[in-house]
Amino acid sequence: MEAVHLLLQGFAVLLTWKILAMMLLGLVLGIFVGVLPGLGGPNGVAILLPITFTMDPTTAIVMLSCIYWGALFGGAITSILFNIPGEAWSVATTFDGYPMAQQGKAAEALTAAFTSSFIGSLVAVLLITFLAPRIASFALRFGPPEFFAVYFLTFCSFVGLGREAKHKTVISLVIGLLLAAIGMDTVSGKLRMTFGSDSLLRGVNFLVAVIGLFGISEILLTMEERLALRGHAAAIKLSVVLKVWKEMPRYWVTLLRSSAIGCWLGITPGGAIAASFMGYNLAKRFSKDPSSFGKGRIEGVFAPETAAHASGTSALLPMLALGIPGSGTAAILLGGLMVWGLNPGPLLFVEHKDFVWGLIASMYLGNVVGLVIVLTTVPIFAAVLRVPFAAVAPMIVVSCAIGAYAIQNAMFDVWLMLLFGVVGYVFKKIGIPLAPFTLALVLGNRSEDSFRLSMIGSAGDFRVFWSNGLVGSITTLALLLLVWPLIGRGVAAIRGQPRPTQA
Amino acid sequence: MAEHDSEIAVGDPDAPDDSSPAVTTTRTVELVVYAALIAFALLLGFDNWKSGAGWEKDGPQSGYLPFYLCVILGGASLFGLLLALRTSAASSNTFVTRDQLRRVLQVFVPTFLFVLLMQWLGLYVASFLLIAGFMRVVGRIALWKSVVTALVFAGVMFATFDLAFDVIMPKGPIEALFGR
Repeated sequence: MEAVHLLLQGFAVLLTWKILAMMLLGLVLGIFVGVLPGLGGPNGVAILLPITFTMDPTTAIVMLSCIYWGALFGGAITSILFNIPGEAWSVATTFDGYPMAQQGKAAEALTAAFTSSFIGSLVAVLLITFLAPRIASFALRFGPPEFFAVYFLTFCSFVGLGREAKHKTVISLVIGLLLAAIGMDTVSGKLRMTFGSDSLLRGVNFLVAVIGLFGISEILLTMEERLALRGHAAAIKLSVVLKVWKEMPRYWVTLLRSSAIGCWLGITPGGAIAASFMGYNLAKRFSKDPSSFGKGRIEGVFAPETAAHASGTSALLPMLALGIPGSGTAAILLGGLMVWGLNPGPLLFVEHKDFVWGLIASMYLGNVVGLVIVLTTVPIFAAVLRVPFAAVAPMIVVSCAIGAYAIQNAMFDVWLMLLFGVVGYVFKKIGIPLAPFTLALVLGNRSEDSFRLSMIGSAGDFRVFWSNGLVGSITTLALLLLVWPLIGRGVAAIRGQPRPTQA
Repeated sequence: MAEHDSEIAVGDPDAPDDSSPAVTTTRTVELVVYAALIAFALLLGFDNWKSGAGWEKDGPQSGYLPFYLCVILGGASLFGLLLALRTSAASSNTFVTRDQLRRVLQVFVPTFLFVLLMQWLGLYVASFLLIAGFMRVVGRIALWKSVVTALVFAGVMFATFDLAFDVIMPKGPIEALFGR
């Protein structure tokens, strides 16, 4: 197996003291980010990105992805102990996790959450190890029309499959694409939408937008809520860990089902949030005793956590293989790759073998080390919540400002971040989703380039997007997804069943 | 593990009151946002039309794609505007209550001042003022705790970014005194 051989080489790249130290640091920072209110995976990674600019790309991406794993682990701690989901994807974990903590089984619930997270990731990493190189080598044959079709498919699936109102998703996507186009046009060298401003010449930086949208706006939203909290402090004993692990094989169907759901929703832009709910609901539906869910059933912790982690991890698969991120955080990691001058996409597997396999190896190692860290240090991280938000909030603001400034050493960017903070706050409150915006902003230039190159190649003939079987089926699928809600409504109308309008 | 459980409790005496009156409704905010987005689409659309939204002999002009994106943005925003107009004002949810707005401004105004001051005082001094001021005034935390926390945080940031990683932040007169 070539993949196994390359993976072993990846481990060899990793095993230096410097990388291992950065990995630990990343994991600890990530768990902090996951536990603290007002900070989440995407903005944690975005804020800490500038620190990594001076590192070599491998060390940097390993540290950043470890922050991501840490955040995934950390979200579960507050869900179970405080009934406060540290991350949106751990909402479903509170349903059974918190009742377990109330019954004095906090340690069991935490062990279950961490272990199932680990299993979910492991399945997803295995998938990445064996599938990503194949997809990448297949995609090497892609030309501009194929790439545009894939980007188009990504955008359409957001509109067609997203749960938000369609026009709001479209608005979010289009604003992202428009802002990506500001500045120098890469094909003709002309300036677009700069309105004579020197600062806009460089365009709207993706990371600045993310720090504002997720970091600053999250603090504004958090302040609106009652910040009082009450919960349990728990330490995990080895005997409890072993007991839960012994019980675990009994739930193999749930674990497997949730892993599969997570991987699927991670690769398509469904996301960890949808995956965790779906994992939970399906476990409940297939259970012999569905009424016991929500009252502290350990399966109710296994199901959402496995799915959330599988999804969060497998979101990196399309990013590595095609250059298309499967989640907001993956989009930020992709932004990071571009800062280091790496071009994400199929060529990465050919040109930067060391880097790719080092990253994949770090997913294995990061998850093992992460599991050990969270199992042993839960009390410390739970105590972080004792720190009053009045102290945490200004520190997050300062970190955001440092992050935004450091990207291009521009004061303009700090103001822009503030503006995005307000925009993000308002958008979130009126239900305009931010994930499509993030994705569009990071993919905007590449998708426009591939569109224009296809157009130049075909002399302006749109039939180029149906010129062969592959590109034709991707384009058709994209258009189908775009109008999918209409089709669904049409079918329902023909059957004469009034379909309830979705919220 | 009942014997190991101890409670962690953090109070929030300043929490927004649920009965606080609404400042504005979601419908009003939606109307304003959609109107602003339409204006934004018109502005950018006009700029792109000026720089060429048609075809050259070798493909689309530089304004082609952005122009049509503006058309889509304008259309979707108009749709949203009409949709919001059709819902009755009475049935709309509260966008923000007076208490909530007060809390949001408690963070936003200091953040704005922080960014403003950063340009003259440098990032580290401005951070010190923001953290110490916020903890003391908004969080009502003891003065010495606020000052020490702010000093330590600004110091750690300086050591991390300026000394260890060579990421240079805006500096002010105080850093100049130390020759940095």
